[in-house]
Amino acid sequence: MLAEPSITFDSSAPWRINPQVSLRDEAFGAMAYHHGTRRLVFLKSPELVELVRSLERYESAHHAIDAVVACEQHDRYATALSSLANSEIICER
Amino acid sequence: MSANSSLRNRFERGLSAPICLTWELTYACNLACTHCLSSSGRRDPNELSTSEAKSLIDEIARMQIFYINVGGGEPMIRRDFFELIEHAVVQKVGVKFSTNGTRIDRPAARRLAGIDYLDIQISMDGVDAATNDRVRGAGSYDAARRAMDHLKDANFGPFKISVVMTRESIEQLDEFEDLASMYGAQLRLTRLRPSGRAVEQWDALHPTLLQNRDLYQWLLQRPNVLTGDSFFHLSALGESLEGLNLCGAGRVVCLIDPVGDVYACPFVIHEQFRAGNVRAAGFNDVWTNSELFTSLREPGNPGACGSCGSYDACRGGCMAAKFFTGLELTDPDPECVFGHGETALAAKRVVLRPTSLPDHSRRIPVSLSAR
Repeated sequence: MLAEPSITFDSSAPWRINPQVSLRDEAFGAMAYHHGTRRLVFLKSPELVELVRSLERYESAHHAIDAVVACEQHDRYATALSSLANSEIICER
Repeated sequence: MSANSSLRNRFERGLSAPICLTWELTYACNLACTHCLSSSGRRDPNELSTSEAKSLIDEIARMQIFYINVGGGEPMIRRDFFELIEHAVVQKVGVKFSTNGTRIDRPAARRLAGIDYLDIQISMDGVDAATNDRVRGAGSYDAARRAMDHLKDANFGPFKISVVMTRESIEQLDEFEDLASMYGAQLRLTRLRPSGRAVEQWDALHPTLLQNRDLYQWLLQRPNVLTGDSFFHLSALGESLEGLNLCGAGRVVCLIDPVGDVYACPFVIHEQFRAGNVRAAGFNDVWTNSELFTSLREPGNPGACGSCGSYDACRGGCMAAKFFTGLELTDPDPECVFGHGETALAAKRVVLRPTSLPDHSRRIPVSLSAR
């Protein structure tokens, strides 16, 4: 069994959607497919999709969360981004 | 791949495009496997032309379908096989194709190894020639092994060894695991469906209740073994297996056959489950607007399974398996782990088994000459 790659999510760094990833909008949010790892990942809310798409417009993930997500949801969305970083759906730029 | 139950409910109402689109390129095949689910053998004169096939790939790319599962027949028999898969991968439509391996010689293996976004599944039905060739025909085992040797020599990377679970092959799981690891390959196990020529073979070939229970335990311990989500009927035994665990027919799954007919899933090539043809107004129109798919996306009737505590785990099982064994779609799966399917079949006075149509089986037996 292959070990899961462990990628530390640094929210103060600039991030973006991995160029190997295709994103398709769906009513529940979006599906992301990584053409390299062949993994399919579900983004389970439209807000998360918006956040992921906005990453490359901000100087850090932290700034993107501040701009796109309501305050009380910040931790939740930081966790979601961390999990997307781990599955290589987003990467540092 | 994992999904919580609210997401699963969402999937059951359908998606903007399939997750898993199977496209059978040709009905032509140089083997005549006894359980062929598409009754393949002879090419159909009406198969999509190269330019029609390319237009379909363009549409698939526009629909943002991430990858296609290419099969047949034997897809590599088509003269434009490489042209078509290259047309797909340059548009970032990944290709996973199933082959019997007979056309993978040294140069073909090298060419395949040079293509990105490509996965290969070599089909086998036994870990030794005797077991395999009883299903796939004389010489087919050696041909598959030669293909695997060529892929290894060409450094293709981890290809897949794809095995349909029959009463015989299911006894060879550990040996298959060893074979895969010898090649650095991934093992992929799928469920035998009583479709195509397997309608006739079902009684003799489908695993017993006990074998299915052992398989479930074996799979639980090996989340890295691929299954194409095909054993979700076994999830009624307890913990869910990897995958979406639902019947995706017409919701997240569908099949395009070699003449462009669209069916709800690869295992129901029958007019009752034909949604339309891509030659009319394109694939997206069939996927989005066909009456059949619209009805499959309505909340299902749990039927006889409604009172079973495990319905939420197995969702009543596989539509194709029910249909072709002569059960109603509201009956339990014929391989229900609690035996409810067998009871339902036994209670029927008359069991009518539909035959898969169209049938492209060869009328004379084929023999595979060694290459």
